Amino acid sequence: MFEILEKEILTKEPVIFRMVVKAPRVAAACEPGQFLIVRANSDGERVPLTICDYDRAAGTVEIVVQVIGAETDKMSRLEKGEGFADVVGPLGQASDLVTEDLEELKKKKILFVAGGVGTAPVYPQAKWLHEHGITPDVIIGAKNKDLVIMEDKFKSVCNLTITTDDGSYGRSGMVTVALQDLWNEGTRWDHCVAIGPMIMMKFVCKLTKELGIHTIVSMNPIMVDGTGMCGACRLTVDGKVKFACVDGPEFDGHLVDFDQAMSRMKLYRTEEGRLYLKEKEGATHHGNCGNCN
Amino acid sequence: MKKVPVREQDAKERATNFKEVCLGYNKEEAEAEASRCLNCKNPRCVEGCPVSIQIPQFIQAVKEGNIEEAYRVIGLSSSLPAICGRVCPQETQCEGVCVRGIKGEAVAIGKLERYVADTAREMGIKPAAPENRNGKKVAVIGSGPAGLTCAGDLAKMGYDVTIFEALHEPGGVLTYGIPEFRLPKEAVVQKEIDNVRALGVKIETDVVVGKSVTIDNLMKEEGFSAVFVGSGAGLPKFMNIPGEQALGVFSANEYLTRSNLMKAFSEDSTTPIMHPKKAVVVGGGNVAMDAARTALRMGAEVHVVYRRSEAELPARVEEVHHAKEEGIIFDLLTNPVEIIANEDGWVSGIRCIRMELGEPDESGRRSPVEIKGSEFEIECDAVIMSLGTSPNPLIASTTAGLDVNRRGCIVAEEETGKSSKDGVYAGGDAVTGAATVILAMGAGKAGAKGIDDYLNK
Repeated sequence: MFEILEKEILTKEPVIFRMVVKAPRVAAACEPGQFLIVRANSDGERVPLTICDYDRAAGTVEIVVQVIGAETDKMSRLEKGEGFADVVGPLGQASDLVTEDLEELKKKKILFVAGGVGTAPVYPQAKWLHEHGITPDVIIGAKNKDLVIMEDKFKSVCNLTITTDDGSYGRSGMVTVALQDLWNEGTRWDHCVAIGPMIMMKFVCKLTKELGIHTIVSMNPIMVDGTGMCGACRLTVDGKVKFACVDGPEFDGHLVDFDQAMSRMKLYRTEEGRLYLKEKEGATHHGNCGNCN
Repeated sequence: MKKVPVREQDAKERATNFKEVCLGYNKEEAEAEASRCLNCKNPRCVEGCPVSIQIPQFIQAVKEGNIEEAYRVIGLSSSLPAICGRVCPQETQCEGVCVRGIKGEAVAIGKLERYVADTAREMGIKPAAPENRNGKKVAVIGSGPAGLTCAGDLAKMGYDVTIFEALHEPGGVLTYGIPEFRLPKEAVVQKEIDNVRALGVKIETDVVVGKSVTIDNLMKEEGFSAVFVGSGAGLPKFMNIPGEQALGVFSANEYLTRSNLMKAFSEDSTTPIMHPKKAVVVGGGNVAMDAARTALRMGAEVHVVYRRSEAELPARVEEVHHAKEEGIIFDLLTNPVEIIANEDGWVSGIRCIRMELGEPDESGRRSPVEIKGSEFEIECDAVIMSLGTSPNPLIASTTAGLDVNRRGCIVAEEETGKSSKDGVYAGGDAVTGAATVILAMGAGKAGAKGIDDYLNK
């Protein structure tokens, strides 16, 4: 069992929660950009999740999860002191940022664009850069004020811009609007990392391609084993088939076939699942984030 | 002279359930079959066995009704008899060289092995843990047939063995690949693994060596004196034809993993799996048969599309026979050229071309050649690609000094499993590319011996 040491509910509707989990092997080996797979209990599904922080000395990893279906709902009901049946990782490749020559990296102006629960995996990358003397720009997008997560943590490691779809906090509009506005205000970047719903990443990439900003995205397609064995997570990048679990999860966003990737997400969508999402998401359900259509 | 026929579930009935196809021998049948063994002085069957089980010796014990002795004899060579008795290709190994086979049918060695293992399990006979331990730690990577065998043998020699398994359940291909109807998981696989544990072997699941920890870490920081790599051949191959990313195209690995490891075949499971109406399985190996027969049991009409003729099917004859009995349709000398999807992105058919056999290729088999203008379409809503697998690069790419060949297979000596890196041994599909359970077990055995010699020099 992998014990849950801390639990915090970050948002209520939809539920997004944060947990600190004891997983010494993962904590010892993980790097920003990698992910892990958890199973809530012994007959649970293998759910891929991004790592949003880690403490090597304490042997813990931190996850931030949005409840989108039965499995994540089951996870959200686990309490401090209980545990996950399985935590496997780290999986996938580390972010290019952590392997690039640091001096070269320091010359670059770096932007992160985070959407929804995709905000969480941006944090370890921004934090890593900050620890290495680089302060990146970060745009966090959320549907409304209540769904903005991890604001305080981000503030200490980056220049933060928040935007909400309904304008209830920070700037008003989608992340692409904020990006374009900052650009129009004169900010320039050499490198962008976008993590969030596929539809968001697709449109960020469309914009950054026009603006000529090299852009990396983190793909989170359907997976089973997460070690390269099943091929469920395959996607097309620059005309070639890649497995997100071993070749990714990060890819050059300008080369990813997003339409195909989004189409593949609907493989196991059932009527039941869509109704569950609609009910849970209530007024915020707009049906085009890639989670249900 | 013919062998005592083994009882099987009726083909029509079993096509709708996941219970084991072959029911095995009872005591009378087993003893009758055992009495057919000539107890040859120079038993060719032992040479035909990749792990050299003393076959005539255990069969004599069966004849005398002494299961304990029969189990002990098999246990000297194999840690997984209930599994080998079910999935070994005996017809090309022990039974293929049986003297009885010259004028009639070979002794049903595999079915007798299974009888011994199953009966021993029912009687509660367990392998004895070694009395003396030498305190030396050995790490085994992967809990499939190669790893379990290597670990079992090393434990019997007194080593302190830990197996590291990437998935949440041990067993490797025995757990995620081979279906319940051929190899029951709880009744057989878990029990065999329990027997390996009873020898003192520890199994740590959820460890992806190469990611969670490296081989160098295991040796330098965790105190392992030697490592055996039995990580299998995991990466599924695709055909690289148009339409392969359509919804409803799966690798056999994915389809079988969902059904076997994640139990999607069971109504209690929450794991999603597609229930196609008409599925096309591409490929002709044992994995293709497993995928086809799984889809059939999920209610599909199933076609196996294979580019050569029946004689070249790499699957075991018994598996092909069972598949046909159950109603799988074989479209032989047929090769896919494109997968067709509807406007929503779902598979609606597969375009194939007819083939004919030409000159023999480097494998010695006559190579299939396309017949021009013979393209046709098979309507279907799922395509399961079963074209083989290649080794997972995770370990090789994170272990300095571990050489691989151009196919990505770890280079290791056949006799000892010795790799290019000091203290690291390897065997099974990670070395040979996709092969059989018993060959992997043979390699696990060789690796155990190699490691023992290395640590005692």
